[in-house]
Amino acid sequence: MDTLNLFKWIFDLSLVIGLLWLAWQALLGSQVDKEVNEETSEELFRAIVLFIAFGLLMSLVWVRLGAPDVALAEASIGAGLTGALLLSALARLKGRGKNQTDMNNESDHEFKRHQ
Amino acid sequence: MNLNVINKSPKYNHHQSPLKFLLIIILSVMISGLSYAVLILPSQAPGLSVLAVDNIDKSGVSNPVTAVLLNYRGYDTLLEMCVLLLALVGVWSLGDVPERRHSLLGVVRFWPQSNKPERRHSLPGPVLDIFARLLVPLLILVSGYLLWIGAHAPGGAFQAGSVLGAAGVLLLLSDWHFDHHFSGLSLRITLIAGLGMFLTVGLLLLLEGRQLLEYPPPLAGVLILIIEAAATLSIGFTLASLFLGGRPMTQGTTQAMTQATSQATSQAAIVRPITKDQQ
Amino acid sequence: MNPVFLYTLTGLGLFTLGLYALIIQSHLLRKILAINVMGSGVFLVLVALADRAQSALYQVGPDPIPHAMVITGIVVAVSASALGLSLMLRVQAETGQTAFADEPVEKPSKTL
Repeated sequence: MDTLNLFKWIFDLSLVIGLLWLAWQALLGSQVDKEVNEETSEELFRAIVLFIAFGLLMSLVWVRLGAPDVALAEASIGAGLTGALLLSALARLKGRGKNQTDMNNESDHEFKRHQ
Repeated sequence: MNLNVINKSPKYNHHQSPLKFLLIIILSVMISGLSYAVLILPSQAPGLSVLAVDNIDKSGVSNPVTAVLLNYRGYDTLLEMCVLLLALVGVWSLGDVPERRHSLLGVVRFWPQSNKPERRHSLPGPVLDIFARLLVPLLILVSGYLLWIGAHAPGGAFQAGSVLGAAGVLLLLSDWHFDHHFSGLSLRITLIAGLGMFLTVGLLLLLEGRQLLEYPPPLAGVLILIIEAAATLSIGFTLASLFLGGRPMTQGTTQAMTQATSQATSQAAIVRPITKDQQ
Repeated sequence: MNPVFLYTLTGLGLFTLGLYALIIQSHLLRKILAINVMGSGVFLVLVALADRAQSALYQVGPDPIPHAMVITGIVVAVSASALGLSLMLRVQAETGQTAFADEPVEKPSKTL
């Protein structure tokens, strides 16, 4: 196998492994004990950020498969806009959760995080 | 509640683990069936690419994907505009613009007239502010470029529209909101401009005796560009409005909004005892 | 193995992973993430199969029609995600929960 083919194979394999690993981590890689079934905002934030990375890697895969139009659409809509929508929804979930359960320590924690 | 619960040892929920095992088996059967169905496909298959490329001169553009999107399958793109509008109508029907007390980039203030004490007002930080001011004109320029170049290079209406939507999202994140005058009829006209242009061109062609969206080959390029321009505007504003997450305020609804806020805070007081009773 | 089939199998793997997460996870935001990953898997299968047209025999480049379908699909996925997220926020505003009422859980989920 000549070196160009070898490099192509290494590139393809690393893209594929990266995609599958990112998807697994984003969807099923929660580090919280599943019995207690509490979703913390850090876990959801981590899942969303990994999903954005997954979208960007997907954009590279589209270029590799000879689909630059799809790559442009995926990078801006799939990764960028879906990521922004998800983060905005997470922020609103946190805001309403705070309204309803009235947890002061969480607001201090978040205030420190945003600084 | 401890927010930083990190548990390294996986524990199985005994009520769920046989069902989870059954699910894994079913999914393994499914994926092996699908893999078989995919792997027996021939490794060389032209599909419709030969047909698409052979007729590209009559389609008015030279990028095959744009030709497919706007000419060969133009009807699909028309329905695509309908899907975007339907999603927007769905989001708008679920509520008005929500109060943004907290966002992940700082506190965004949507109603500058209100001065309730529990709402923290702060402007976006300098990085976001300067970033938005530098990027938004560039994004508009890139969007126009992608729209124009879509005829003979990768690009097109959806890509240009999404870049415009990203510019809108950036503006919304840096504490910019629609002026009351523009968030009523003008916004709605811009949102339906893409679908409207499609339907106008289609109906004009129907009146001329052709099929729906059957462009005459000498005019095809111009018609595609006109439709794409309207679609770009539409897609950009639709995506930014989807990010906004609610119906924007118009002049008529300002009073209704302040009433709704007071109702919402009283409803929040009602909801809290109910959740406690349920638990 | 042709790289096309490597990507096709990856797309199937993503679809299955997304389906598993859709069934297993109880939080609605994670369900929306899972649906998006399933969609990406299907798009990967489509575009990978379209790449079969590009070969020395045909000299025309990849099949453009699945590319157009996938672009349309990406836009549909984002609008469905936006609508789904609005519905999720509305469900949380009305009931205070972010999981369906019949999920088999040990404790009721917290509000986040």
